[in-house]
Amino acid sequence: MTFEYAPSLESSSIVKIKPKYGHFINGSFVAGKKLFPTLNPATEEVLSQISLGNQSDIDKAVAAATKAYTKTWSKLSGKERGKYLYRIARILQERAREFAVLETLDNGKPIRETRDVDIPLVAAHFFYHAGWADKLDYAGLGKNPSAYGVAGQIIPWNFPLLMLAWKVAPALATGNTVVLKPAETTSLTALLFAEVCQQAELPDGVVNIVTGDGTTGAALVSHPGIQKIAFTGSTEVGKKIARAIAATDKKATLELGGKGANLVFEDSPIDETVEGIINGIFFNQGHVCCAGSRLIVQENIADELIRKLKNRMEKIRVGNPLDKNTDLGAINSREQLAKIRELSASGDAEGAERWSPQCNLSDKGYWFAPTLFTGVTQAHRIAQEEIFGPVLSVLTFRTPQEGIDKANNTPFGLSAGVWSEKGSRILWATQKLRAGVIWANTFNKFDPTSPFGGYKESGWGREGGRHGLAAYLKAGKRS
Amino acid sequence: MTPHKRIEVKKTYKLFINGAFPRSESGRVYEVLNAKDEFVANPCLASRKDLRDAVTAARAAQSGWAKATAYNRGQILYRIAEMLEGRAEQVALGLSAALGLTPLKARGIVTESIDRWVWYAGWSDKLSAIEGATNPVAGPYYNFTIPEPLGVVTIAAENSFLDFIDALAAAVVSGNSVVTLIDGGLAVPAMTFAEVLATSDLPAGVINILTGSLAELSPWAASHMDIDGFDISIIAKKNRAALKESGAENLKRFYEGGQSQSPARITAFMESKTVWHTIGI
Repeated sequence: MTFEYAPSLESSSIVKIKPKYGHFINGSFVAGKKLFPTLNPATEEVLSQISLGNQSDIDKAVAAATKAYTKTWSKLSGKERGKYLYRIARILQERAREFAVLETLDNGKPIRETRDVDIPLVAAHFFYHAGWADKLDYAGLGKNPSAYGVAGQIIPWNFPLLMLAWKVAPALATGNTVVLKPAETTSLTALLFAEVCQQAELPDGVVNIVTGDGTTGAALVSHPGIQKIAFTGSTEVGKKIARAIAATDKKATLELGGKGANLVFEDSPIDETVEGIINGIFFNQGHVCCAGSRLIVQENIADELIRKLKNRMEKIRVGNPLDKNTDLGAINSREQLAKIRELSASGDAEGAERWSPQCNLSDKGYWFAPTLFTGVTQAHRIAQEEIFGPVLSVLTFRTPQEGIDKANNTPFGLSAGVWSEKGSRILWATQKLRAGVIWANTFNKFDPTSPFGGYKESGWGREGGRHGLAAYLKAGKRS
Repeated sequence: MTPHKRIEVKKTYKLFINGAFPRSESGRVYEVLNAKDEFVANPCLASRKDLRDAVTAARAAQSGWAKATAYNRGQILYRIAEMLEGRAEQVALGLSAALGLTPLKARGIVTESIDRWVWYAGWSDKLSAIEGATNPVAGPYYNFTIPEPLGVVTIAAENSFLDFIDALAAAVVSGNSVVTLIDGGLAVPAMTFAEVLATSDLPAGVINILTGSLAELSPWAASHMDIDGFDISIIAKKNRAALKESGAENLKRFYEGGQSQSPARITAFMESKTVWHTIGI
């Protein structure tokens, strides 16, 4: 007997997408010179036309942010800054469903995730940082720590509005003003956020949003009016930014790539572990820098675990992201789909064994079935390179130390997972894993109070918690 | 018959790598003269191979040093202070001879350096309380953040013995291992100080000292893929950009703050690790 799910579609009538968008500079929308389309990756329908920011747009935005910093924002008390952030958090909660639907349309991720994870976390980030604005003397950075001035922020397409919140909320709470460049394929929720800033009566120029592609981002990074850069994206671009600012006084936080290990010991609670592995790699189509993309399982339970994992993967519902039953949505872009296919093909070529459940994938849009590779060795590209898609590489280990060594054997160090029923073993493993975020008997959990960021080539600095504030503040006098 | 004036037994200056005192594999030395242009010493002019050897030793020693209890690391740093106290006179003589300081000034710097080791020693078991946190996440999870050492760190030193000690103690107290690059006359007191380290219970390889030319050694260290952090506070600003550019290849952490006696100098070479665990029955 099989259970079929009737479609349960979230209505998209709640969002009104304009035919074209300008940049948000100095409190109002300014038409850009060149436009490019933004698509719904589930259908390839054009949702709107977005402005391609050029040097002159960046100049105007930085000028507006500089003026807002010197004339208004830096003169405002922390208490009043905080109230603006609280307002933004409340408006985001009020308009949460609208944001969730728009994010799903523009990004391709399931409505279940935008509704239950992305947007609630966005509001939480603003609410959390709002409370810091008048308490910065207690952030461990001495008395009267000071803002840098104008922060240039570049965010990725995998969690468009959430990454905006991770960047904008701490920057504003600490008294900086912002020029933000959303990802090329996912600008719509950032542009809707601009409306929230207007509704909150945030002073003009405190938040500026310039849409565009890599050239727009490069112009922002190299602009002399920026004192601080915050970037989330690939390790490759992160290194380029580090080089580009080497001769300047600009500070940078970089949240880069990962190849997260999910380390499963023989005594792990197996059904719970299977759920955790699924969440670790298939959450958000695997478009997650901290995804648990390498399953490293103790050899004596590998067969049973893989059998259960395959069984569970067969139940994953891939399809219309607006369907509330959907688990796995669309791949964000044609380029990303090509990259996932290329890396997966390298897995075949290098001798790993590919398995996917039967899936009816739509002809329209960008889709990739949940995929498992077994027989993966540490030298395989699919064990070393970030795929950023729903593809899991399985490796095995015999002794606990071998498991740790394999887990640590990449240039990255962003996340890891540990699965075991034994407390002392979990603490032993978490001590040995070289990663900035470790989930024990869970995976892919996020919270504004919890610092996030990577070791090694996964980046510089932390976002969230007290630690995240340090990225936006110059230390004050030693208290 | 008049007795002969005793001929002093002079020290050969070598490098300090992995707890031993090898000569540079290159066979190169440079001459240190005093203020009157008289010969003082021929320290080793370390090569790129010496640097690689030092990094290998530092990497091998690092996990063991980090795993030592904070109490133990604190005691070993304190032991360095004890040993330096015993050698204070000799280090001060080196400072006077090679850097031209008056005996009084030199002795003062050594005294301050001893106290600096004591100050940093006390930090080893307090860093977690200052830099760590438990985070009240909105869900049934126990969540905490702890600071951990970065790994292998390089520091550059020239002219100031106290700054050399400050940078070194700050890097090592948290559990990093260190490759120190020393330029000029500072090599003379620094290599005497290496003898302090060799008798202070510090595991071999945790601190390695190379003498030579910063202009030569710094770019090699900056581009070395197994060095995680680099304290370039004493490098002239105009020379930092090139180092930072080549260090971007492994996203090396650069510290330029130069704060002395500061926890910020310690945490500059630490990472924060956040751990989540489910709560339930």
